[in-house]
Amino acid sequence: MLRLLRRRLLQGVPLILGVIVMNFLLIQAAPGSFLDVMSAESQVSDPALLEQLRITYGMDQPVWLQLLKYIWSVARLDFGFSYRQNMAVLDVIMASLPATLVLMLASLAIALLLGVAAGVVAAVKVNTVWDNLLSFLAVLFFAAPSFWLGIMLTVLFAVKLGWVPVGGMMSITATNEGTLATVLDVLHHLALPAMALGLFYAAVYARVMRATMLEVLSLDFIRTARAKGLGRWRVVLAHGLRNALLPIVTLFGLQFGTVLGGSIVVETVFSWPGLGSLMLDSVSSRNYPVVLGVLVFSSIVVILVNIAVDLAYLRLDPRIRAR
Amino acid sequence: MAGGTPGLFRRFARNRAALLGLVILLVVVGLALAAPTLYPRNPLRIVGPAELWPLQDPRFPLGTDSIGRNIAAIIAHGARATLLIGIFASLTATLIGVTIGAAAGWFGGWVDELLMRLTEMFQVVPGLVFVLTIVSILGGTVENITIAVGVVSWTGIARLTRAEFLTLRDREFVQACRAMGMPDWRIVLAEVLPNALPPVIVLSSLAVASAILFESAVSFLGLGDPQVASWGRLVGEGRTLIRSSWYISAVPGVAIMLMVLALNLIGDGLNDALNPKLRNR
Repeated sequence: MLRLLRRRLLQGVPLILGVIVMNFLLIQAAPGSFLDVMSAESQVSDPALLEQLRITYGMDQPVWLQLLKYIWSVARLDFGFSYRQNMAVLDVIMASLPATLVLMLASLAIALLLGVAAGVVAAVKVNTVWDNLLSFLAVLFFAAPSFWLGIMLTVLFAVKLGWVPVGGMMSITATNEGTLATVLDVLHHLALPAMALGLFYAAVYARVMRATMLEVLSLDFIRTARAKGLGRWRVVLAHGLRNALLPIVTLFGLQFGTVLGGSIVVETVFSWPGLGSLMLDSVSSRNYPVVLGVLVFSSIVVILVNIAVDLAYLRLDPRIRAR
Repeated sequence: MAGGTPGLFRRFARNRAALLGLVILLVVVGLALAAPTLYPRNPLRIVGPAELWPLQDPRFPLGTDSIGRNIAAIIAHGARATLLIGIFASLTATLIGVTIGAAAGWFGGWVDELLMRLTEMFQVVPGLVFVLTIVSILGGTVENITIAVGVVSWTGIARLTRAEFLTLRDREFVQACRAMGMPDWRIVLAEVLPNALPPVIVLSSLAVASAILFESAVSFLGLGDPQVASWGRLVGEGRTLIRSSWYISAVPGVAIMLMVLALNLIGDGLNDALNPKLRNR
């Protein structure tokens, strides 16, 4: 296991290097440096000051040297400096990360719970009304854009019914009321964005789960379990489900990046103060150090999650361990 | 491919849902083609009172938006942009993916190693984040959005093409071509590629759906071309009025959903028709 971990981490290094080079060059291709935007925004026109800024940001050097310097600083976890927030890029990212992680985890939890449950029910009651209904819902949520779903959920649950707030992560009024009150307040705000982002993946999981479950339920050991006299649902849950969960774990790793991307639009819809809002703000204000930082940072996270998924696989599937 | 085209369509049509998808797609294509005739003037022009609900005035069957533009006209003209971006982004992705996948699978060795690392690189960068960056750098024109979406959508196609090439390249018919002295490029283009394409076509049709979702997200976030009617943009513009006129966001969203739904159903149907052996998977 340790050997695999070391090998995968070593494989990840050139991958991260590649990602850095690719994104760095992409941003270099931008017409006009972010200094132009910055000086226009803060109305700096003094050429001496501009020249000094160019030197501070290393923009007087050739591109390859800037690239090498950037790689070297990323290796030391330094993603540069954001003039807009007047903070180190890593600090800016870290400040927005918790909100995004909460949103992503809640969405994935919803996706797993709803998706697995729907998939299991559809497989057990295959070709019945239930199967058809669940499959129909899955196809529907698979096609609905998350931002639109978010708006429609807002119209129904926030505007018409008034059950949950329209946006934000916390109420302005609820600040110093103790941890539990804060957690409840965040959960209250979290419900809609997590559903908007999670229902798509619930649909994906439901489809995969249904297919795998149908396959597993037709295997010999399921018949044996039934022949032993075990109850139907006990067989399904204890014997079937455990063996059908593996593809879901794979999907989880593969989709981590897309969930991250999806959170950009959902965060915008619900004014959720996470990486997505940061990314959109940085893209529209051409704050390229942050854009580059988010790209590289999120790629590293995706690589690490995939390594973690591989290791989880090793624990979950004894057939792989034996090899 | 036994059965030829009629057999292919029969197998496709056996899937009722796929047929429904095809009907929806044809309606949208018809709408896109008819848009200049139905609404010859600029759809982004103000033509009536603001915030008129659907079915209130026969001139505006889908109502008007926050400043009095005809939503039906925006939907019809938006269908053009949506279809064009979806199809061309998918073609771009297919072209890149098939080229890279074919080269990796055919040559193997270090070429394969290098190209697969490149593919992984594009796989770990979150797609939408990458698209937004490209669009913000190059500008949000229809062409740039198409290219950006194509650039993030090819990895699955490349991996699939590579896998197909790996299984095909040592088959007897390929060896026969080699023995006949056929040049590599001809074997690849005329013999291997046609056999590798059926599963790739399925993935390409699904890529149209995801490209449409990408485009709608870019437009929704306000990074698209403001001069082009777009479904995603209208959803975004209606967002500020959800208390009084939520239909402004709802209508174009339904259009996006139906379009993506149709393409997904068609993809499933194509999968049944082109890869009969995989049908029960």
